[in-house]
Amino acid sequence: MDPVHRRIARADIRLRGFPPILLYASPSSRHEIPLVQVVPSLSLSLPSPRRSRPFTHSLLPSPPSLSFFDSRRPLHAPQLLPLPKRPSNCLAEVKETMTREECENGPADMLIDGNKARAPREKQGNSVPDKFNSNYLKFYYGKLFPFSDIFKWMSYGNDGKHPGCDQTYFGRREFSFTLDNDIYLRFQSFTSAAELESSIQEKCPFKIDIGPVYSVDPAKRHAYAQSGDNVFTPVERELIFDIDMSDYDDVRYCCSGADVCLECWPLMTVAIKVIDTALRDDFGFNHILWVYSGRRGVHCWVCDRKARRLSNEQRASIADYFRVYKGNENSDKKVSLTSPALHPFLARSYTEVLEGIFEEKLLLSQNILATEERYEKILDMIPDESVTAELRGKWQEKRQSSISNDINVVRWEQLKQLLQSGKHKGKGLRRYVEEIVFSFTYPRLDMEVSKHMNHLLKAPFCVHPKTGRVCVPIDPNSCEEFDPTAVPTLSMLLEELNQGGVRGDVGDDLDRTSLGKSIRYFRSSFLQPLLKSCKEEMESSYNAKLQQMKNSLSW
Amino acid sequence: MQPLRSHHQNDAIPALPLYRSAPPLEVRLEDFELYAIDRLRVLKAMSDGLSRGKNPEEMEKLVKGLLRANMRHPQASEDVNKDIISHFVLRLVYCRTEDLRKWFLSMETALFRYRFLLLTSNDHRRAVMAEFNLPYKAVSNAEYEGVKDKLGQVARSIGQPPPTANDIFYKVPFEEVPELVANRKVYIHKGYAYVAMNQVVSLVVTQFRSHLSKALILTNRKWTSTIREQEKDRLTPIVEALSTSYLGPDYSQPRESAEISIKDLDQIAKSSFPLCMRHLFEKLREDHHLKHGGRMQLGLFLKGVGLKLDDALAFWRAEFSQKVGAERFEKEYAYGIRHNYGKEGKRTDYTPFSCQKIISSTPGVGDNHGCPFRHFSEENLRAALSRMGVGTRAMEDVMDKVRNRHYQIACTLTFEAVHSSTCDAGINHPNQYFIDSQKILQSKNQSPGGS
Repeated sequence: MDPVHRRIARADIRLRGFPPILLYASPSSRHEIPLVQVVPSLSLSLPSPRRSRPFTHSLLPSPPSLSFFDSRRPLHAPQLLPLPKRPSNCLAEVKETMTREECENGPADMLIDGNKARAPREKQGNSVPDKFNSNYLKFYYGKLFPFSDIFKWMSYGNDGKHPGCDQTYFGRREFSFTLDNDIYLRFQSFTSAAELESSIQEKCPFKIDIGPVYSVDPAKRHAYAQSGDNVFTPVERELIFDIDMSDYDDVRYCCSGADVCLECWPLMTVAIKVIDTALRDDFGFNHILWVYSGRRGVHCWVCDRKARRLSNEQRASIADYFRVYKGNENSDKKVSLTSPALHPFLARSYTEVLEGIFEEKLLLSQNILATEERYEKILDMIPDESVTAELRGKWQEKRQSSISNDINVVRWEQLKQLLQSGKHKGKGLRRYVEEIVFSFTYPRLDMEVSKHMNHLLKAPFCVHPKTGRVCVPIDPNSCEEFDPTAVPTLSMLLEELNQGGVRGDVGDDLDRTSLGKSIRYFRSSFLQPLLKSCKEEMESSYNAKLQQMKNSLSW
Repeated sequence: MQPLRSHHQNDAIPALPLYRSAPPLEVRLEDFELYAIDRLRVLKAMSDGLSRGKNPEEMEKLVKGLLRANMRHPQASEDVNKDIISHFVLRLVYCRTEDLRKWFLSMETALFRYRFLLLTSNDHRRAVMAEFNLPYKAVSNAEYEGVKDKLGQVARSIGQPPPTANDIFYKVPFEEVPELVANRKVYIHKGYAYVAMNQVVSLVVTQFRSHLSKALILTNRKWTSTIREQEKDRLTPIVEALSTSYLGPDYSQPRESAEISIKDLDQIAKSSFPLCMRHLFEKLREDHHLKHGGRMQLGLFLKGVGLKLDDALAFWRAEFSQKVGAERFEKEYAYGIRHNYGKEGKRTDYTPFSCQKIISSTPGVGDNHGCPFRHFSEENLRAALSRMGVGTRAMEDVMDKVRNRHYQIACTLTFEAVHSSTCDAGINHPNQYFIDSQKILQSKNQSPGGS
């Protein structure tokens, strides 16, 4: 966005606020969708009509874009846009297949998915309607998205003036955009922060993915392909982890699939603690970024130089080191700890994280032993018939032994006592307690994501199109305080911007919103230490190279 | 490359060359081929052993026997040369495509591993380590004391006696021992793995593998740029014949004359699919969905069976659209199917998975792929087998093989029980199972009067 346009946009907003006017059509009308009239002059603030399209590797023929700001539409006419309608304070996902019809069908479908009880939130005055739409996104990319921080990060110090800098580094990184209508643009590359920014503002991607650094500019890969040799190949990539709540469906009873709530979120807290500690203490990594994935999980980026240069085999070995959960749909045991003792990493994870969270949180919040169906699932994990019969007997006859204690806790204590008592000593039953706890708490990684350099992962600070939530960093040191339902949403951020009026520069804008805190954390706890070590590594490797050259000369 | 130290040749211990560079030896043309075939016998038998799920001790024994049977030369002093020559010939043979390289790399690496393990003394092992110039120092006593407890814990976790102060540990960047890391067989702290003397095999194997991997790429370049042309009357025909003779068909091209139409699928799935594919097929019909691993395993198998791309798309669409809708199918899944047929991405025509690949896969939550004989619980496997019509007695035979981890033999027995016919070759590939099954069924149809 050039400065002139930016100024115009600001002026306009100061006058009218954003978004300007909300209209409801008459209740009798079939089109009872809240409509927003976008003020025509706002469109002045938008990037000029798109430049010649870069080569797009789209999987589908591109259908006409629905985006309001599509350059093919006249810019001057006032336009009406359906607003996303469902109020959503919860994280329940709009069922994917329904979104489009919902938008088109209007009021009959307005309150679906368990939100029936909730009255539609009053929409009035200055408030910004919930959810996600590409207008807001455009605004977000224009005002809040931290382009220069992402650029600094992905440059790893190569954007400086030091003679050891590799100026081509950032330009060999693959970015991939998912546009409205699921058009994928893969192998995008940029040479500068400004180029990245203008492309994102122009295309307004619903999702930005980050891929590896390749041997050559990925946008020009075809030119290199002709030489025959496989010169186009990934050479660097952060070590990444993807943990997804839907992989835990067999051990959570509060929600399933893409839904998460505060009852099951501790599973993610466990994952962060276990993996983060191991990455630092065992593998010796220092520059680790945890990010909320915007809906139902977390992502982890390990950015140490050593991590970025791991081979696929080495990545796979780390992923396997973390793997305990070995079941598939057709075997009974999901976790099997057959060895006589736990590896120090597992033992530490168990005593420092798993055991506590299981007994203090999940046992109660998930009611793990409350009903017959649920406790049978646990008894299935104990192969000793006499023990299971004894427990079953206890649990069936007395429904509630004491009033003061939670039934889950009582039963868990009984189970532990029986398995760990001297009575069954020598049978090695103790480990079944551990197996149960591991089954219900231990992190489940999406292995494939971590194993290969060329896997894409969503960039931090993207906005999840289904929830409107920003993918904000999570501080592993206080991850138990992280609340996915309190993450800033796109509409919330715009509202905050509106309320303050507009003044000052972009930095100010950020500070005024609840995103400011996330960005400050990103900079101070992740980016600055990272860039400091990048600089040191660059100097030392450059000096070593100089030394080597000197030596070879004198020799 | 010097074939280890001279005193090794006097010992009964087989020398363990690292094949760093080709030897300046003269070889007779017939030896060139014969040595290579002998070595191939070893590698092929190892490959079979691994896919049968043999454990390390069994493999060690197998390799020992194979070496004795195939790699000896009438003159003992020539053993080493035969070893080296045959390796370099096969390098030439197996450098030519990605798949060949992959197979050769993993088999040669496995061979090296077992030969290293067969070295009887630590001195010999250290000699090999020295040969690789591994820069690692043994952990000092003071440091050992600091991590003693952890090392003991690891030892117990892998069922080994606790270490003593006399045991040697090497402190190695964890990246250099990926397999020890993957199986949590070492203590790792701040980026370093503590590798016990009896684990250094992992270190040398990693070195060996990466040397050989690079060498194969270089050999391939030399082969395509010069050797193939220069040797076109002499070595090239031998080399080209060698690679095909032992690997068996890969079933990437559907059988001639065989085309399967969608409407026959249910019927042939019942009659001729091996259990792994039958299971996936039924799951797909039931859930209208399969996760990635399942789509790959079944999709490529169906391609090998003779399902054309258009039919494959129609088949998958019919199922998936019931679950995710036709629109999402086209957006998210159709690409993968075209990709399998080499119509997208890097446009490789992918080959159906072999038993070995399926057995060694690691299905996770929600996954239905893999080898049922390996990945099912006993109860589920029994249920699945009885649905296939395997009788009680045959069932026990099958379960017995499963318990001993002979998954392919278990599958072969299943085949025999279902078809009431023998299968001498054994099952090595799901598509082979299918073809053999069809052959039997067709011959039965042609002679309806026959028993």
